[in-house]
Amino acid sequence: MSLSSALIITRREVRDQLRDWRIVVPGAILTLIFPVLMNFTAKQAISFVERHGAPVIGERLIPFLLMVVGFFPISVSLVIALESFVGEKERHSLEPLLSSPLTDAELYVGKMLAAMLPPLAGAYLGIAVYLAGLAITIQWLPTPGLLLQILILTTIQAVVMVSGAVVISAQTTSVRAANLLASFIIIPMALLVQGESLVMFWGRYDVLWWIILGLGTITLVLIRMGVRLFSREELLGRDLDEINLRAAWRTFSLAYAGQGRGQGVLVWYRSEVLPTVKRMAAAIGLLAGALLAAVVVGFGFSARYPLPLPAVEMSDIAANFDANLAQLGFVSAGGAAWVFFTNLRALALATLLGAFSFGVLAVVLLMIPVSLTGYFAGQVALIGLNPAQFFAAFVLPHGVFEITAAVLAGAAILRLGASVIAPPSGKTVGEGWLLALADWAKVSFGLVAPLLLLAAAVEVFVTPVVARLMLGG
Amino acid sequence: MIEAQGLSKRFDSFLAVDNVSLSVRSGEVMALLGPNGAGKTTTVRMLTSTLRPTSGWARVAGYDVVGQAAQVRRSVGVLTEHHGLYLRMRSEEYLDFFGQLYGLPPAECRARAEALLERFGMREAAGRRLGEYSKGMRQKLALIRAMLHDPPVLLLDEPTSAMDPLSARIVRDAIAALRSEQRAVILCTHNLAEAEQLADHIAVIRRGRLVAQGTPAGLKRQWLGPALVELRTAQPLNGGAAALNDLIKLDSSGANWLRYFADQPEAINPRVLQRLAERQVPVVSLAEVPRSLEDVYLQVVTAADAASGRPPSETAAAPLDLD
Repeated sequence: MSLSSALIITRREVRDQLRDWRIVVPGAILTLIFPVLMNFTAKQAISFVERHGAPVIGERLIPFLLMVVGFFPISVSLVIALESFVGEKERHSLEPLLSSPLTDAELYVGKMLAAMLPPLAGAYLGIAVYLAGLAITIQWLPTPGLLLQILILTTIQAVVMVSGAVVISAQTTSVRAANLLASFIIIPMALLVQGESLVMFWGRYDVLWWIILGLGTITLVLIRMGVRLFSREELLGRDLDEINLRAAWRTFSLAYAGQGRGQGVLVWYRSEVLPTVKRMAAAIGLLAGALLAAVVVGFGFSARYPLPLPAVEMSDIAANFDANLAQLGFVSAGGAAWVFFTNLRALALATLLGAFSFGVLAVVLLMIPVSLTGYFAGQVALIGLNPAQFFAAFVLPHGVFEITAAVLAGAAILRLGASVIAPPSGKTVGEGWLLALADWAKVSFGLVAPLLLLAAAVEVFVTPVVARLMLGG
Repeated sequence: MIEAQGLSKRFDSFLAVDNVSLSVRSGEVMALLGPNGAGKTTTVRMLTSTLRPTSGWARVAGYDVVGQAAQVRRSVGVLTEHHGLYLRMRSEEYLDFFGQLYGLPPAECRARAEALLERFGMREAAGRRLGEYSKGMRQKLALIRAMLHDPPVLLLDEPTSAMDPLSARIVRDAIAALRSEQRAVILCTHNLAEAEQLADHIAVIRRGRLVAQGTPAGLKRQWLGPALVELRTAQPLNGGAAALNDLIKLDSSGANWLRYFADQPEAINPRVLQRLAERQVPVVSLAEVPRSLEDVYLQVVTAADAASGRPPSETAAAPLDLD
């Protein structure tokens, strides 16, 4: 990819934007007038809160308004980015561009920069106007660290919005559809700004670095997704956004049943389920690593947040073990069913969250119970017992099945989320997602559900016996 | 210069182009005809490497449209169906932008832009914003854009559709000049007279399939039968037609005229004239009865519909509404 080629697109589009009064006028207001208004607001607010003996609010308000002054101009970038590809398609000016020798990446980056640079320049100018006003009126200047944070935050917010909006623009067939889908950017960004406001009024500016890190990761994912999904063919060949449920079902069911259709369950396991597990090897490795990390983190936290001693008194636990289980009605078929459906519900929730977060939230959700196990093992170690014995007694018998099921399910969800970012070569996002969903279904119904059933039975009928034996009962 | 073999394109379950093979050499113009939605634009998009063929292959200017897409796009000038100019720009700025995209040095780009603007009578409008241009001017500018990087291959979709007769004439002359400059041109047009005037080869696409291909004369012979020749004399023939019976297949006749079919007019007509001269019949004129490409087109499309077993489409009702 040649940056100079991408910049040809950028220069033309920036020039075009600067000729459009619908972009220039709001940009000028947000860049030159709004910061002055914020200056006035800051000054009035400070004199008000100082009269009432709450200067801390004024101290927090000024940096907060600095962030706001930077954010408002970059909101324009969303509008520009949303119509970058689909707008040109509607105006029929896209095809000559796609027929030119530019590569997909050059086109993509050129459009991204064009949507981002003018609003970002406006944001920096706005910040400068605001700071100049404060320096003149109340002689306030931010620390270099805070200024750097706000500049980076403003920049990364613009990059996130633009990269998300360009993905939408390259995947929709009308500006109207792109605007409707923009809610998926506007709502999270609105929530993010509210969160940042809380952090800034709370005075925990260090948290802003974590937000910047998170946004940076999202940006990388979105840019990778956008470049991977960008296709001249899709842009030109598709004129309608329609959901063809019949075709979707055909794609899914063909992938789910596969070659062994109608030849029995064993053939299905051999020809479909096992090859799917092999395909998931990398995701399985990643999940196993994440769960192991969760155990280590949980173990580490046990020393920082120790439980009160009676809660981990093993002799008490052993003495009341049977009574407690009986009181819960645990050792029964009903208990096994409860365990099974609880685990199933957790995996369903993980799938749902994973579908909206590229699989990330699913992994986090699966890590929580595993980290608790590590935490309790740590507590056991704190009172001088062997944590391996705790694992062997309370986790291992059913955990062999349950953790295996969690790893498999988590890996399938992770691939489901990743399929949106990087669909298989030659497949659309929809096709790639349906194929990943079929893989998820094969693993879930073929392996995860039976393993969870087995785990539930072992947890209810075997683990207590092993635990009692090992506790010396 | 342009060669395609078994080119097909499928969008989900819809087969837009089905096994199309064609060849256009340097210095040739091929007119691509067919009803709306026949697959012409999809074919052209595959030849510009903006759509990837589902099967088959094509080489343009020696480059493979799949494996060497960037080189193909660099070698092709495309006039798209919708010109889609950037309306806030001026023509010089617009051409400079595309010159940069095609890697033209600024001085060369400026020189070529000026020459082309001059050639198409657009010099005076160069300082105006494109939004102020008429439809025909926009079309001419889009054509200039397609020719700016001096490509060896031109793919032109409806190059004169929005133009006044004078502008259309300028553009047709330009296309004829391109042929003599040894460029290969594919011309998609609604205007059958224009196709007949400019094209060395005609290809008709129907429902994604190539249903007829050849020179205009060859297609007429193939689809409308042998050439029909009309002879007019200065005085009544008085049985003179009978003297030609061994040479011609008579179609119709009058007192001082007759029409006959000639498989090989270039061989038959001189002998007819010689026979009449021997009988001292004064000949006023001997000429082929004009047969239009439109007649050929209608025959081709009707035959294609009949062969496919599908009902005739909108083409029968609106034979000239070609895409």
